[in-house]
This record gives sequence, C-alpha cells and structure tokens, in this order.
Amino acid sequence: MYPIERVEALNAEVTRMTVRAPEIARKIKPGQFIMLRIDERGERIPLTMNDCDPEAGTVTIVFQAVGATTMRLARMRAGDALLDFAGPLGNPTELAGARRACVIGGGLGTAIAYPQAKWLHEHGCEVDVITGFRTKDLIILEDEINACSARQIIMTDDGSNGNKGVVTAPLQQRIDEGADYDLVLAVGPVIMMKFVAATTKPYGIKTLVSMNPLMIDGTGMCGGCRVKVGDEYLHACVDGPDFDGHLVDFDDAMRRGVMYRSFEGAAREAAAGRVASEGRDCGGSAAAGAVGTGADERKGA
Amino acid sequence: MARLNYEMNRQKAKVPMPELDPAERAKTFDEVAKGYSEEDAVAEARRCIQCPNAPCVGGCPVGVPIPQFVAQVAEGDFARAYAIVKGANALPAICGRVCPQETQCEGVCTRGRSGEPVGIGRLERFVSDWAFAHPKEAAAALDALREECAAGDEAACGIVRSAEGAVSKDLAGKRVAVVGSGPASLTCAGELAKRGCAVTVFEALHRVGGVLTYGIPEFRLPKALVEREVAKLGEIGVSFETNALVGRLYDIDELMDERGFDAVFVGTGAGLPSYLGIEGEGLNGVMVANELLTRVNLMKAYEFPAYDTPVYAGKRCVVVGGGNVAMDAARTAKRLGADVCVVYRRGREEMPARAEEIHHAEQEGIEFKLLTNPVRVVGDDAGWVRGLECVRMELGAPDASGRRRPEAVAGSEFSIDIDMLVIAVGSKTNPLVARATPGLEVTPRNLIVVDERTCATSKPGVFAGGDAVIGAATVILAMGAGKRAAAGIAEYLASAV
Repeated sequence: MYPIERVEALNAEVTRMTVRAPEIARKIKPGQFIMLRIDERGERIPLTMNDCDPEAGTVTIVFQAVGATTMRLARMRAGDALLDFAGPLGNPTELAGARRACVIGGGLGTAIAYPQAKWLHEHGCEVDVITGFRTKDLIILEDEINACSARQIIMTDDGSNGNKGVVTAPLQQRIDEGADYDLVLAVGPVIMMKFVAATTKPYGIKTLVSMNPLMIDGTGMCGGCRVKVGDEYLHACVDGPDFDGHLVDFDDAMRRGVMYRSFEGAAREAAAGRVASEGRDCGGSAAAGAVGTGADERKGA
Repeated sequence: MARLNYEMNRQKAKVPMPELDPAERAKTFDEVAKGYSEEDAVAEARRCIQCPNAPCVGGCPVGVPIPQFVAQVAEGDFARAYAIVKGANALPAICGRVCPQETQCEGVCTRGRSGEPVGIGRLERFVSDWAFAHPKEAAAALDALREECAAGDEAACGIVRSAEGAVSKDLAGKRVAVVGSGPASLTCAGELAKRGCAVTVFEALHRVGGVLTYGIPEFRLPKALVEREVAKLGEIGVSFETNALVGRLYDIDELMDERGFDAVFVGTGAGLPSYLGIEGEGLNGVMVANELLTRVNLMKAYEFPAYDTPVYAGKRCVVVGGGNVAMDAARTAKRLGADVCVVYRRGREEMPARAEEIHHAEQEGIEFKLLTNPVRVVGDDAGWVRGLECVRMELGAPDASGRRRPEAVAGSEFSIDIDMLVIAVGSKTNPLVARATPGLEVTPRNLIVVDERTCATSKPGVFAGGDAVIGAATVILAMGAGKRAAAGIAEYLASAV
C-alpha cells in the first residue's frame, strides 16, 4: 500500500496529491510517469510526476477528475492509501544542453510541464513558460512557474484573465521577437501539441511533445499505447512518452484516444454507485469530461 | 517389462475428461476441462504399460518420473504419486493444464503408436488437484518417502533429493534476486528456496505469475490455482515485491551492490508484441492479443463495470496467428460475444497451438481460415476497422528452419467484413533490462546470451532463463530453464563461499 500524505484542490477540477513511495522518489525524473490502481477492482491509470522529494520519500501527482478513476481518486484523503503505485515508467525528458527553452502547458498539462521547466531553470537554461486554460478560475501553479521561468504567459480561451487566445499565438510572437529557442516542449491535449508542433516546424526548432495514449500495463507489454511516429508505431510507455513533435501523427493519436469513449459513461455511473453503496460521500465535483477508463488522464483538456 | 501390480486397461483411446458443454462454456470464463475423477484417473493410469525404456520421461523438459507416478495412480496411491511428481516439477497443476503434451511426453508414449498415448498431462493435473484437496495425506507421503530413504531405499532417496534440492540447504544466508515472476522465475525461486537461499522476486505488474496471470485465460488456467502455487512459494520463504520494474526502479547493479543480493536470475520473458506491418494496423478496433488478454485476465475486464477496466469487443472478429496466444485470444473474443475467425498463413499441421486448444476452439464455433494471410486493414471514415483484405497462400519449399515457406497465390485476394482485429503473431523480448545492464551480452534480437548448462550470462553472478533467452516458447521449457538456472546459481554460490 502507498499512503497518501497530502491532498490539495488546485481548482474545482484539479487535485494535487502527495504519495509516499520512497523508492520511486529516489529514481523518478522529469517526464517520467507512474501507474496507479486505487483498489482491487480498480483500473491502472498513468499519471505523470509533478514533483518529487527524495529526502521525504514522496512523489506528487496532479490529476483532473474527469473519469471514473480520477473522480474516486479526488475523494481520497490524507491517511488513505493506494493499492498499487508503480514507477518510474517511461523515459525522462531529454533536457540536457538546452540554453533557451519554451515550455508549454495546456490545462492539466501545466502540472506535468512544471518539473521540466524547473529542471531547465535549475540547469542554467532561460525558460519561457506559456500556459493555456479554459477560464481564469482554472489557472494552476502560477506562483511555482513564476519561480522557475524568465517569462510566464498565461492564456485563457475566454479571455477572462485579460489574455484571450491559444498558446500558439504567444509562441509565434516570441519566435518573431527573436527568442531563439533551441527547445520547445509541449504538454497538453493532443490538438494543442499538434498546433505547437506546426508552429515550430517552419523554423526547425527541436520540439518535444509528451503523448498521452491509452495505457494498460505501462511496461511495453501490450501495445495499447502505440503512437505513430514517422512510419512506425512506437510504444509511449517504453519509447516515450516524449516524441519528436515534427514526426508524430497527431490525427492518428486523436482518433485512437476516443476508442473507449463509449465505456466511460458506464464506468462513471458504476463508480458513483459503488461509492454510494459504500456509504461514502459521492457529491464532490463530478466535472463532465471526455477522458476515463484506461485513458491516460494526465492531460485532460 | 516391469511387473504390473494391476490389470492393464487395453482401451486404445484415453479415458475422456469431462468438459463443459461447448455452447454453454463459450459464454463464461469458467474452466473448460473439469479434470478426472478418482475412477477416471485409475482407469487411465492403467493404460500405461510401464515400458522399461520410458520414452515419455525423455520427452518431458523437466524429467518427471512418469512411469513411477502413473503406477502409483494406477494402484490408487494418489498421495505418493503427487510426491513423485512434485519432486521433479514445481508447478504440476499448471503444467498438466498448459503443456503441449502431444509434442512432449505424450508425443513419444509407446501406447501412442497404436491408438492414443496415455493421458499423462491429465494424470499430472489430477494428482496435483487431488493433493490440494488432501494436503495432509500429500505431506505424509513425502514424509514416508524420507523414512524409506533413511532406511536405505535408493529409489525413495532419488525422489526426496529431487524434491528437496540436489544441494540440500547448504546455501543458508545467501540472497538471490529473481527478476520477473513468470514460470521460469517461480521455478527458479522455489528451487533456490529449497536449498536454503533467501529469495526475493521482483515483478513489474501488481500481480505475480507473468503469462500465467495476464496471458493464459481463466477458462484454461484458473487464476486461483496460480495464486495457490505462488502462496506455496511464500510458505517456503520466497518473498515478492510487486510494482517493481527492474530496469527503471532498480537496475541489476543496484540489486547486487546496494541491496546486497549475491546473485540475480533474469526471467523477464518475451512480452513485447509483434505487429503485422500492414496498412491500417492503427485503426480503432485493432489490438494485439496481449492487450486483449491483459485487459481480460489481469484486469478482469469481462466483469466491467464491477471492475473498472473496460474491453472493446466487436461482433465480427478476426484473430491473426496460429499459436496458443491466438487460440486464447479467439476463445476470449468469443466469450465477449463476437463471432470469431482465425486467419493463419500456414496449414493446420503447422499450427503451433496445443492440439486440445485448437479442438476446443473448433467446438466453440470458432472458424479457421488456414493458408490465408492478411494484406491490408480497411477502416471507415471515423477510423474504425471495417474489413480485412487477405490473400490465399500455398506452402512452397522448406526454409532454413525446415518449415515450408508460405507463398501468396497471385490473384487470390478476398476480403472479410470485421469490426475487431486481434494480432497474435508472436512477441519479442523487452529490451529494458538488457539496456539498463552494462556487461550483459544479448543477441541482435535482444535475447540474453547464456551458458547452456548453468544459465550464467556474460555478467558474473547474473543468470537468465525462459523466453528472455530463447524467445517466446512454452511454460514447461521456461520451467526447465528455471530449474537449470537454480542449479547453476547454487553451484556459483557454493563456489563463492
């Protein structure tokens, strides 16, 4: 069992959770992920590391309550424990050598992009961070990112923070201003990563995207997480999750991402029913979302 | 010929084993073959003629003393039969169910020259299931053998020695890490624990058993039985660390240098799926067999939504491949409600699957299109699989491996309407451990290079066996390797004292 040490709502949909897992905390690097299972009947879901503290022996994850499993996870409290917590999985992001980088986070992806921005900052790289959210109430980790970036640009879809638009607009602007990035890293919904890659491609700027396909085992065994990169399918869990954004077939990834959509409603209802029958609080903030059941819930839009 | 203490059963056919009705069982994941009753087992055992050259023993990769245990069954001493089997085979309840006996022990049985061979697998399964139901009698039988050995009975001594380890309990205090928890690893762990080693098994998934747990379906190998065998290892001092992916969480040098293991056994299997490499393989509704089987077996997706993991099942499914994994996938898809057709590029004779499983699949209404090869997967506008274009094949000249190479028949293309495609065309070795282990020699296909006798790798103190060494093969071959490796490790540890 893996005890939960701290639970904190970052906004109405997003929760930050610190889990005691000393062996993983000792090893995990930015870009790597864990797979967790809440209980005996649970599914395995991948969540990317948001922070870790090797001294304290803890790993921090951030997730959005959009599917059956994340909804149940969001109701867990400090002192509860997760049945399974496996990692580190995937390859660490290749960050070494970057001098001027732009890290881009879409929604929950911001929490996953944060450790990369922090690592780059701590290793002498000038980091700009561009983040995008639906509305200003959903903005997360603003202070943490301020502390590790040269610039932070926060966009909202509805302009409620006074900065209306998508993340590619300020990216294009910074490139035009001569930001001279040698690395762009994008983490977020597939559609966002697709447009970031399209923006940087004409300039030949190295662009890494963190892919979020369905996963089951997360160890390279089942091929559920295959991503089309160039002419071949690679496994995000062992070959990724980061890939060259100029080679990824994003349309293929988007199509595969919805394969289990029809199961998700049933899973949410069953989860709610199970919680109710166990006499636990089933109110909570059941945000309607598209992701669930076996889907990677790391970066729900 | 040895003197028979019983009247021989001259029936040419095996005593039939009761099975669930095909129409009924295709709707459930309950075990298909129900096993022999005591009367059935005695009757079948009496078909064995106790031939002195006993070719069956040579056909068994772990050398179970088959005539000896079968004679005990024939005389109704099931406990003693179990003690004899268990001496040579750590997981008899599993092997009796999943070994391809027709190419091993039963394939060379003298009775098979005229009629059916003795049902050795069924008898092995019977004695281990019987022993589970009668634990006290089974333990007493082993005690009795020990006493006979002490009294100077050589035959009894041989069985006791193989049951308790050739090097008896002389490795107390030695610590061995076993990486992976499939059949090779479980066997190696058990053999080393019997010799007094403290063994820790590291498993990447949340449950141990490897392919026994995530791969082979419940209707062929009940998971409770795997748990039972694993629990027995716990009783003799083997400990397990799940959620521990060696190559990421630990590497082998850390296990030896920091965690203080004296030796390491790598039994990580061959779990990396192969694809067809044809157009349309990325469509929705297409999956490799490992994904289907992992969702269903490990995650119990057939009980969704009581269990959280879902599994997609179509109405018309094609499974590509002719091995055991293809049969398991086809029969699983059938149980999820699909009409299933198996497409295989060679003929029936060449199918590597266990004969009994092909037979069971046919009984359950699974169609076979043999000498057929897929060339393209066709999808609809939304990206879901809708059809499979195939070509007929014929067998040409034998290739380097001696198998006749299938060649496409020009102009024979045809198409099958499907909404689900499962690819079961083999698997490769996961390169993770090799990549994370400097000094470990591997072949270009990432198979770990070992000494045939001791299973020692190029890295001192590190041993390997099973599919990680020979590529995707059978449970019993993996167990044989686990057993050899345990002897190799014991020898290494003893010489390092």
